[in-house]
Amino acid sequence: MAVHVLIPGPLQPFSGGRSRIGLASPGTVAEALEELSALHPGVSERVLDERGQVRPHINIFVGENNIRDTSGLATPLPKDCEVAILPAVSGG
Amino acid sequence: MPAKKLRTPAPLAVRDGDVVLLVGTMKGLFLFSSGRARRTWRMSGPHFPGRSVYAAAFDGRDGRRRLWAAPASMHWGAELAWSDDFGKSWSRPETPLVQFPEEAGATLKNIWQIAPGRADAPDSLYCGVEPSALFESWDAGRSWNLNSGLWGHPHREKWMPGGGGLCLHTVLVDPAREGRLTVASSTGGVYRSDDGGRSWQARNRGVRAEFMPDQHPEFGQCVHKIVHHAAAPERLYLQNHWGLYRSDDGGDTWKDIARGVPSDFGFCMGIHPKDPDTAFIVPLHSDEFRCTPEGKLRVYRTSNGGGSWEAMTRGLPQKDAFETVVRDALGVDALDPAGVYFGTRSGKLFASRDSARSWQLIREGLPPVVCVKAAVVSAKSASARRGRTTRTRTRTRTRPRARRAA
Repeated sequence: MAVHVLIPGPLQPFSGGRSRIGLASPGTVAEALEELSALHPGVSERVLDERGQVRPHINIFVGENNIRDTSGLATPLPKDCEVAILPAVSGG
Repeated sequence: MPAKKLRTPAPLAVRDGDVVLLVGTMKGLFLFSSGRARRTWRMSGPHFPGRSVYAAAFDGRDGRRRLWAAPASMHWGAELAWSDDFGKSWSRPETPLVQFPEEAGATLKNIWQIAPGRADAPDSLYCGVEPSALFESWDAGRSWNLNSGLWGHPHREKWMPGGGGLCLHTVLVDPAREGRLTVASSTGGVYRSDDGGRSWQARNRGVRAEFMPDQHPEFGQCVHKIVHHAAAPERLYLQNHWGLYRSDDGGDTWKDIARGVPSDFGFCMGIHPKDPDTAFIVPLHSDEFRCTPEGKLRVYRTSNGGGSWEAMTRGLPQKDAFETVVRDALGVDALDPAGVYFGTRSGKLFASRDSARSWQLIREGLPPVVCVKAAVVSAKSASARRGRTTRTRTRTRTRPRARRAA
């Protein structure tokens, strides 16, 4: 597996309870989410809104880089990287 | 150190004829049940812990015993979920059921109302959402469509968000007149369709908009709640952002009925299941303070169509009770005498089993209550259910639209 996606707890009901999913070889974050959707439908559908945007209070990191600071969903994925889906520190 | 995982709540124990309360809070859904005497209550929850639940509904049509809820997360969005076993399990389709179509150019923020349709169309359901829009389902909730008549209404672009956002929070389905739907939006006001939702007309004549230069515009009022009577649906009551109104012509005209109340500002409203002249409100001090006047928690009841109002206080705190009851946090059951229920922002849940004459604190310490719905689970519903083929466990599996734009 070239890329691993870390699944936050609230989405693990849609990933069969798994916190880490290995993907074959997605080239970008968008492709990773697409592949994730095929493997575990329900995860990507909650990370993205119906317009295809990352929800405002969700951060996606490739390694240590927030994709908002790189190329967003088009951010390329280096081999053997880790993609972390993390809810922002927000709420009330 | 992270806390332990929350346990799954035990399902609600429900017998034929019980009253069920669906209590949506800012941190999950709580379910309550009681026998017809409504003296003691059992609780199950929180379901969807950490999620706000502004909308919930019970659908007992066609032999169902289905709970609907709209858990919403600031992180993961809003979705519809349903349970056919009183919360033992919830179905949450992989792709959230209610989503704006791509051409709408909008993103769902919250679901504010779930309304079963007419009894003779038992697979019809409606959702009011934020940003203000109406969604419809004709297949018992398996698929949903944006109502294009209202979404395309020329007024919509001029609607403005209120304190709770720009939300369509009330959907009334006329049980007598097929094709008549009435909705309310904050702000925007009341809109009615007489052709099943194809076209919509503003129905705000007589309703004030104190925050506008023209205080009687055609639309733009901040209507907080409307209720109608199932047996006499031409009779409606309206709790406005300043103002209490009654209509006897299905919303064509509204008459001011704010006499004898400490404030005509408030959010919630209920109507008696048998008597269209009886309605319930909880006045709040003002749009600035938004708490019960004088620190007294009082339900006001009219028994003469708004001709006068009476404070119903027995069992409610009358000192230092600065409470807030929001727009959907009051519900009425269908029994006689009627059960009336409301929840507060401070997490108290009160019940009356005698049409608001006296009150009992069912529970305190809940998260802020934003939704209270009451239903009677009929024995007929149960027996029909046993002989019915269920399709409710079907999980919708579709590719996310999101990827198209990715």
